[in-house]
Amino acid sequence: MKHRISALFLGTALALAAGSAVAQDKTVKIGVLTDNSGLYSDLGGAGSTVAAQMAVEDSGLAAKGWKIDIVSADHQNKPDIGTTVARQWIDVDKVDIFVDVLNSGVALAVNNLVKEKNAIMINTGAATSDLTNTQCSPNTIHWVYDTYMLANSTGQALVKAGGDTWYFLTADYAFGHALERDTSAVVVKSGGKVIGTVRHPLNSSDFSSFLLQAQASKAKIIGMANAGGDTTNTIKQAAEFGIVSGGQKLAGLLLFINDVHSLGLKVAQGLNFTETFYWDLNDGTRAFSKRFSERMKNKAMPSMVQAGVYSGLIHYFKTIDAMGGNPHDGVKVVAKMKETPTDDPLFGKGTIRADGRKLHPAYLFEVKKPSESKGPWDYYKLIGTTPGEQAFRPLSESACPLVKK
Amino acid sequence: MSALTDDTLPVTPQAMRDEMIVFAGMAVLLGLVPLTGIYPFFVMQALCFALLACAFNLLIGYGGLLSFGHAMFLGTAGYCSAHALKVWGVTPEIGILVGVAGAAALSVVTGFISIRRQGIYFSMITLALSQLLYFIYLQAPFTHGEDGIQGIPQGYLFGIFNLSKPTVLYYVVLAGFLGGFLLIYRTINSPFGEVLKSIRENEQRAISLGYKTDQYKLLAFILSGTIAGFAGSLKVFVAQNASLTDVHWTMSGEIVLMTLVGGLGTVFGPVVGAFVIIAMQQYLAGFGQWVTVIQGVIFVACVLTFRRGIIGEIAHYFRRSL
Amino acid sequence: MQALYAQLLVGLINGSFYALLSLGLAVIFGMLNIINFAHGALYMMGAFCAYFLLHLTGIGYWWALIIAPIVVGIFGMILERTMLQWLAGLDHLYGLLLTFGIALIVQGVFQNYFGSSGLPYAIPDYPEVGGFRGLQGGMNLGFMFLPIYRGWVVVFSLVVCLATWFLIEKTRLGANLRAATENPTLVRAFGINVPRMITLTYGLGVGLAALAGVLSAPINQVRPLMGADLIIVVFAVVVIGGMGSIMGSIITGFALGVIEGLTKYFYPEASNTVVFVLMVLVLLVKPTGLTGRAA
Repeated sequence: MKHRISALFLGTALALAAGSAVAQDKTVKIGVLTDNSGLYSDLGGAGSTVAAQMAVEDSGLAAKGWKIDIVSADHQNKPDIGTTVARQWIDVDKVDIFVDVLNSGVALAVNNLVKEKNAIMINTGAATSDLTNTQCSPNTIHWVYDTYMLANSTGQALVKAGGDTWYFLTADYAFGHALERDTSAVVVKSGGKVIGTVRHPLNSSDFSSFLLQAQASKAKIIGMANAGGDTTNTIKQAAEFGIVSGGQKLAGLLLFINDVHSLGLKVAQGLNFTETFYWDLNDGTRAFSKRFSERMKNKAMPSMVQAGVYSGLIHYFKTIDAMGGNPHDGVKVVAKMKETPTDDPLFGKGTIRADGRKLHPAYLFEVKKPSESKGPWDYYKLIGTTPGEQAFRPLSESACPLVKK
Repeated sequence: MSALTDDTLPVTPQAMRDEMIVFAGMAVLLGLVPLTGIYPFFVMQALCFALLACAFNLLIGYGGLLSFGHAMFLGTAGYCSAHALKVWGVTPEIGILVGVAGAAALSVVTGFISIRRQGIYFSMITLALSQLLYFIYLQAPFTHGEDGIQGIPQGYLFGIFNLSKPTVLYYVVLAGFLGGFLLIYRTINSPFGEVLKSIRENEQRAISLGYKTDQYKLLAFILSGTIAGFAGSLKVFVAQNASLTDVHWTMSGEIVLMTLVGGLGTVFGPVVGAFVIIAMQQYLAGFGQWVTVIQGVIFVACVLTFRRGIIGEIAHYFRRSL
Repeated sequence: MQALYAQLLVGLINGSFYALLSLGLAVIFGMLNIINFAHGALYMMGAFCAYFLLHLTGIGYWWALIIAPIVVGIFGMILERTMLQWLAGLDHLYGLLLTFGIALIVQGVFQNYFGSSGLPYAIPDYPEVGGFRGLQGGMNLGFMFLPIYRGWVVVFSLVVCLATWFLIEKTRLGANLRAATENPTLVRAFGINVPRMITLTYGLGVGLAALAGVLSAPINQVRPLMGADLIIVVFAVVVIGGMGSIMGSIITGFALGVIEGLTKYFYPEASNTVVFVLMVLVLLVKPTGLTGRAA
């Protein structure tokens, strides 16, 4: 009898200990929600999971008693599947934080869900600047890039370099219109002129008609307000019609290193566009990228989306480690992340603004000529850097309710 | 040319009693789901697709018309409901009504165009029409292009049922599904359904018997499109978004696949097929890469060796109509 | 006005692809009574085949024009022997479903191995004739800059289309084919191996799709999904033209390319819907299609 009572006491004591450990809960579950099979799988996909694993390893949290799990899923670019998976992850699998989540449609859908369930999203893949503007949320951080920044950086820098007349080739849907609108505004503000625009349907295979119109406009810069296969086909066919060799310049408003890789330098040379990460920027990026590509099936270098997954998670790990445990409270953790300045080898020093926008420099690149490239993946020449504060949408223009004015 | 479906079995009172027993069983089982701890959102989504597949099956299984564009009704109703709920701020029941009306209007127009040709042409025309609509939605401002309509308020149905509570929403969706299912079941066992089947078997003969077959086919098309739209409206409350994927041809392909797997022209086949395919998608989401390939393999396997589908095979084995 | 000429010419180029693809569909449909949903996927395979020939074996464009259609054609014949032939006597819709499944598999597998952004394929730069390096570069026609390669595509596909028409309408082989379509039992009684003829026909149709793929490889990025959306447009072309006649599908293909080209100039917003809208109009006026017999 005595025995049993002491056992009971012991049990209660253990339970109490466990109770106090709730505050010190050192488990984290990361959900990599991405496109594993579709149009953007080279951009995020399996590489994002690799980047997340590397972040976990490099954080050194396992040695401090943390238990970190990663789950990943393919949202197939369908907002439906994205939200269903995300909901299940939060409700059943207790996922704390979502990373990658490329595709604007899926990102906005998950953004709502994450807010409702008080989880966290570090979005490194979606382009829409609405995530930190009208749709901003105390649970979401937008890490790598957005349409406003791309338009702003590319437009500003090219006008400054003498490209003062623009003709737009715009994909005819909301995303293309937004890119065109933002870029036109910047071009005009910087003293340039937009002399025309042609809207092409999404997923066109033939751009010759539109390119002929762009060519006839005699504009110095042809801005491609489109994405993915549309952009690569435009570039390829522009080369065929001798547009670049005829003295006009192509400016990509949403283009990634994987696109350049698939186009080949011969076709892509001379292209101008903005990214916030390139593997060959400095020693830190080179060291990371080398380790990354060794773990990839196709030995690809990291895209900025994948690099963002790493960088974002490193900052997240630092924050929760400093908090001493995982409170499982999205708003609280994100608020703390915003207070803490960021610093990692990939994106350098930066900050996170009240609206959830992560600030870091934006780089304008030009694609090298085949003769200038020293080896595989040696693609870019850095031709301009815009500091983070100037690259992204200023808070004064923000429609985000989180921003106090 | 043999018919697409294998229901040489006569519809007898016995068969109808069997079907009602299975239906009651299905209703009870589905009604118990929230008590079991099975994740309700998965079942809700599957129910929407099940109703959609049933509507599709009404056309192919009983009218012999293979529509390769049924996603257009799903998507149209979804967009209409979503827009009404979010922008106009209407109540859920009005939202559903707007969606269903939109799908019905669309089915009148597309049906009028597509029933002018039979067989494979009909499939190609419906596919082309849905692609036309896809491009229109892509460019139309109210759909917000690739971003879709997001964060749709769920609200209170009839002012009482709080749809943001998963259990309440579940029973509402279930009720919608069962209602739609019964409507379809009633239709195929009505004189109208009988004429439809006769057109499927031999259209010339039906014409010679004095039936205006085009009118029957058009009516079946409208009914099918409208019910598919109802499924689309229900889905808006579950997913809380409306997006382009629901209008894309891959979605139409999935609808065909669900029905094929479950059993073309069987009463319960589409339901089973929808659950199988949706479960597969959920399960495979973790594996990613191979989803389309696996769907393709299932298509090929079904057509080559398993044409009756799951329920069709079971029914054939027991010599019962299901 | 000058720009208009340019757009007409550009439209003709797209028309060549429509013509080649709808011709292949018509040939297959005539013989097998199957609408080949896998046509877009096989078109894509043709382009990939050209890519592999160049990057793995160093075989260039000119040989690829011959080899790729044969390789993909053989692949098609294997499909026909192993799968499609078992559908004989069943409802035609099963053929549609089966080939849809095949298309999903082929596109999915390619997507797994080659991602989705695509692979580069350059315009051939040999042989050098006069001032020209192969088909690279272009000519100034006064009203437009015409890339030589585009001109080549139009001429070459026109030749191929006419040759196919000649083969089927004017030769003995073609006569047998047409007879076997009308009455297979009777033709078999004459000692002609009908199943083999069906296989060869499918191979021919598939080969045409693959040829279109090779032709498009230097213009478009070689992507796993390059044929997925195209095939739906071609379906609409086929509905407009009707699949009754070979010449009909060739002419409709070219004509729709030109109409689409004009739309791109006058009202670019509608350029991807114009074919579908035309299809609706044709169906309202003449349900059997412009050249088709009643189905």
